[in-house]
Amino acid sequence: MSNYRRAGLVLAAAIVLLVPQPASAQVNLVGYWNPLVADEDFIERVPGPNVGDYAGLPITDAARKRANTWDAGLLTLPEHQCKPHPSTYGFRGVGVLRIWEERNPQTQQLVRLKTHIQWQEQERDIWMDGRPEPSELEAHSWQGFSTGRFEGNVLVVRTTHLKAGWIRRNGLPLSDRATMTERFLRHGDLLTHVMILEDPVYLSEPLVKTNGFAVAPTGTMEPYPCRPAVEVPREAGEVPHHGIDDVPPTREFGQRHGIPEEAAAGGAATALPEYMSTLPSLPLAEPKGDPNEGFGPPPVPAGRGGGGRGRGAGAGAGPAAGTGRGR
Amino acid sequence: MPARVFVHPRVALVAATMVAAVVAGVVAAQQAPPQQPNFDAVTVRSFRVQDNVYMLAGAGGNVTVQIGNDGVLVVDTQFAQMAEKLLAEIARLSGNQPIRYVIDTHVHPDHVGGNERFRRAGRAIVAGNVAGDVRGNEGATLIAHETVAARMSRQDGATPPAPAGALPTDTFFGERDEVFFNGEAVRLIHQPAAHTDGDMLVFFRRSDVIATGDVYVNTSYPVIDTARGGTINGIIAGLNRIIDITVPRDKQEGGTMVIPGHGRIADEADVVEYRDMVTIVRDRVQEMMKKGMTLAQIKAAGPTSDYDGRYGATSGFWTTDTFVEAVYRTLGGK
Repeated sequence: MSNYRRAGLVLAAAIVLLVPQPASAQVNLVGYWNPLVADEDFIERVPGPNVGDYAGLPITDAARKRANTWDAGLLTLPEHQCKPHPSTYGFRGVGVLRIWEERNPQTQQLVRLKTHIQWQEQERDIWMDGRPEPSELEAHSWQGFSTGRFEGNVLVVRTTHLKAGWIRRNGLPLSDRATMTERFLRHGDLLTHVMILEDPVYLSEPLVKTNGFAVAPTGTMEPYPCRPAVEVPREAGEVPHHGIDDVPPTREFGQRHGIPEEAAAGGAATALPEYMSTLPSLPLAEPKGDPNEGFGPPPVPAGRGGGGRGRGAGAGAGPAAGTGRGR
Repeated sequence: MPARVFVHPRVALVAATMVAAVVAGVVAAQQAPPQQPNFDAVTVRSFRVQDNVYMLAGAGGNVTVQIGNDGVLVVDTQFAQMAEKLLAEIARLSGNQPIRYVIDTHVHPDHVGGNERFRRAGRAIVAGNVAGDVRGNEGATLIAHETVAARMSRQDGATPPAPAGALPTDTFFGERDEVFFNGEAVRLIHQPAAHTDGDMLVFFRRSDVIATGDVYVNTSYPVIDTARGGTINGIIAGLNRIIDITVPRDKQEGGTMVIPGHGRIADEADVVEYRDMVTIVRDRVQEMMKKGMTLAQIKAAGPTSDYDGRYGATSGFWTTDTFVEAVYRTLGGK
């Protein structure tokens, strides 16, 4: 090869490298996506988790205590009824996901990706234009402030400025100091969503969850209006909750499923495969008082939350039943 | 109609001197004030909250500023040492519009410390709003609840009487007062026995923003100044009142925005989260008191432990222990 020819090739390569690539070279996530719900997260996604089931979650003692004293009746308060899932939970729901782009009309640079999940209209901006995070004194939102970038064909998103939310729909809380890192990976008609959730208050280690979606070529999106109403007349200022000396729901959950209470209570150790080997040595939860308390027929109505210690409505029913938090 | 009282600073000072002489020896021990920061290192940051209402953060409580063709209305003035920086930022935001009103949400020096300088920097509108600045040399109108004026004008625990120029010029008794300014109604709502005995919520009705003073903060457990009439039930009543006033735009988000006494901009959902926490802690302490537990036993039982990671403190001006004790005392614990 002559020197001229070699120089020409080098020049051509340089031009290819230096000229901005059209954004379309990146993976295209735009479209409608249906969540794949028939997986190990089915209970999480559809009926809702059992009250008292924290197994496998790296929660802190503080998170466990809050969940143990949580009363699903809280969700009947008008000011709680129309809360959407925060972005830290919504992708685990069952609603259709729509993703679309906003591009600068002059440069065609990607300004933001927008996502919308049907249940409670969880709409989110993922800013792709390199803008900085807002001040810590700016308002927080359910979906938070998200910035994204492509690493190869993977969309990586970081989210801050979240409102206090939930790790699970059984009272496990997430604080407004939580942050989230996500990865969106497309494999043909499938989309894998990975989230890494960190919370200095209620998680002792990062919580990693994955969710699957499939392309929906004829997808549609229905609106989801919500207007709160008084569902249960209460004394002004009443906030339903259980006492800190009440029997913890982890015991009820353990008794019902033959799981040691310690395992039901969760914690980072319970997330590891080797924890399985310790289970036979752990005592099963012992009934306290009436062993049927809280399990069978609807309990006698009590003043708070419609059920005293009967936190679930019966076998298999999670707090989603009848609480207005349907997904 | 609310009862409004104009207190001329000179009159107030004479009264203050007389009252202070009587009460100085009997005022209960006051809580130690928060440590003051290095003011030289503090910068003022401003945030547009909604419409023409801004939040300014520096050292001390948040400052709320409403700006329009009529001039500037300011809620709270931080520490005295912050006044020049705050005034410079307000002048920048408003294009050098005059400050017409200064409103105090309560008596603490991290909220009223700049009163005198702010008042001097402003000009009141008098004579039925038609004569312009005829009383310009007397500065801005300074509004507070009567109990704030009373406390500021006497020796209040370790706090000496405020200088005459820092005292409120307009006060009101009872539940509410109102101002119409810059094309919007501004409602001044007294919240009795909450953070102190002179708290005020300031609701900008058109801009849909409420400045809460320290009835709502999101940086710590509620600070209850028991020596100045604060109570846990008053705090909870105040939080519920804020929730009554606020209306979310949609999906329990946005709509009425909330400027807390300390901390970040919020909305109803944030106040609900906080109200839930405070109510649950109050209920727990009350339940323990019914069982006959002592304060030491209640503290040991950890009625706040599931919230301490977010709101608690083990050192400084307002610790978790101090909060639990204030809850206990104001629920009748001895």
